[in-house]
Amino acid sequence: MSMVSKLLFLIISLSVYSSSYAEPDYQPLGNPAAELSESPQWNLSISTDGQGLPVGQGIASQGAKIFAIQCAGCHGPAGIGASAEPLMGEVGSLASEYPEKTVNSYWPYASSLFDYIRRAMPINAPFSLTADEVYALCAYILNSDGIISADFELNEQTLPQVTMPNRDGFIAIYPDNHSLLRTHK
Amino acid sequence: MASKPRNERRQFLQKAGLGAALTGIASTLSTPIWAKTIPQELTATLPAGMRQPGSEFSNYGQPSTHEQGVIRWISANSAASGNGVSWTPLHDLQGTITPNGLHYERHHNGVPAIDPAQHQLLIDGLVNQPLSFDIKSLLRYPMQSRTCFIECGGNSNSGWRTNPIQTQAGYAHGLVSNSEWTGIPVKLLLQEAGIKPEAKWVIAEGADGASLNISMPLEKLMDDALLALYQNGERLRPENGYPLRLVLPGWEGILNVKWLRQLRLTDQPLMSRDETAQYTELQTDGKARQFTFLMEAKSLITSPSLGMMLPDNPATYQVTGLAWSGRGKITRVEVSADGGETWLDAELQGPILAKAFTRFNLPWHWQGEYAILQSRATDETGYVQPTRETLLDNRGKHGFFHYNAIVSWEITEEGDINHVYGF
Repeated sequence: MSMVSKLLFLIISLSVYSSSYAEPDYQPLGNPAAELSESPQWNLSISTDGQGLPVGQGIASQGAKIFAIQCAGCHGPAGIGASAEPLMGEVGSLASEYPEKTVNSYWPYASSLFDYIRRAMPINAPFSLTADEVYALCAYILNSDGIISADFELNEQTLPQVTMPNRDGFIAIYPDNHSLLRTHK
Repeated sequence: MASKPRNERRQFLQKAGLGAALTGIASTLSTPIWAKTIPQELTATLPAGMRQPGSEFSNYGQPSTHEQGVIRWISANSAASGNGVSWTPLHDLQGTITPNGLHYERHHNGVPAIDPAQHQLLIDGLVNQPLSFDIKSLLRYPMQSRTCFIECGGNSNSGWRTNPIQTQAGYAHGLVSNSEWTGIPVKLLLQEAGIKPEAKWVIAEGADGASLNISMPLEKLMDDALLALYQNGERLRPENGYPLRLVLPGWEGILNVKWLRQLRLTDQPLMSRDETAQYTELQTDGKARQFTFLMEAKSLITSPSLGMMLPDNPATYQVTGLAWSGRGKITRVEVSADGGETWLDAELQGPILAKAFTRFNLPWHWQGEYAILQSRATDETGYVQPTRETLLDNRGKHGFFHYNAIVSWEITEEGDINHVYGF
């Protein structure tokens, strides 16, 4: 190419680039992943209506045994007052002088409990519990404060139906009240 | 506007009696030193480093061995060492960029060892075409750099306690750091997958030992969120999310998900543990504030601060600190030496960037009197950093997260520095 045509080429290339400035010029490199998206490893999150819950079941008495082995070391035998976060008791304490945010007093949804235990607990071996064991642990924790009865079987159908005591205890700040505290001199 | 604060500062200094100190700069100008011959025996008194070759090159530089005390302070769970935080030593740093090795950490179950060749990002849910990306591909996308702070929602939470904690500035307020993040606008990848109109939220998931998952508004990801691959020019450190993390400028740390593996578009939030049980603020009436994403304006005097002392007086001390706001630019930082009775504008060091650390400076002449040093930030929306009293009046004392009140350092007549609650 002559110098003039090189220059022309450059000017043309640049003008094409700048005309698409709002949408930068790039090559899409994502791989279609419909199949991946369906696989269990990529469906760990459980929605409040139970989507994502695995098939399984458990009751409180089964959970008590697992709790003693897997959980009590950090959470304490009573699920409160040890190095890890409190799980049980203190329902109704939130508006008191000494509120205690336990699973049973504070968490608004039972689905979060299953979701969190399965993905993160026990902390030294996440994903080591079976679905049945996680259902049983949830049943044990919820039953300890009478949220479900001792013989209530938790499974993928019943768990989303559990109503937590603090279900209506949250005020969404985003998007309407994202600026609740404004101070002016 | 620009000259007024300067005059006020001058008055502040004169009132404080600095005039005499400034006139004392008189030097003895005699024969230039280079005109003299240095006797042979004197060269032996030159520093050792001038009389021998220095150490070799290094592949990756480290701080001076004399600076080994400048460290992140680790507060981890005794039963699970990967669950906890490490604090940036803000009191030992200057400027606005946090060194990568000192960026604060909050891990829920340790730092995963991720081979980038094995790592994938999946974008799915309410999209036209679920897509997966490997790191090699992501590195070919157009990148943007953004200097911004990331602050843990739990930063400064000792402020909620009844008694002021006696901890160095960074070790009470250093769950905030400021970096230049470089990566791909998240918007580009979401658009590539094709966003369905009913999508409103995005559930992000990390590939760590907590598989941390949390919901965030799609609106924010389409606005200024980055999929960061680089921090301060180099690839992310493992503890900052290698090989990729989210950066949501101005929004609380938990949303800036590290080791990102999935973005799932949904029509409503998931209500995961970290958006319900944690990172929500219990109020006096028993209700809790949820989805409090913005980190409000805050400032802090980093020097002088607790752990230092003022060695002599009368003397001039350079009051310096940091201010930041998740809403945008810092427009003003005022400093008080009398516990908030009177305020003076500090000088803001440029460039002032939105949602980033802004350094402020103000010389202060101290004559040995009892003093309470405070700073108060204002951002471009007019939001003014609250006093502790105002914050507690608004939020009660059990909020735990989002503590952004004015910090007060008490200077005793002996020059010792304590943390106190303001008046």
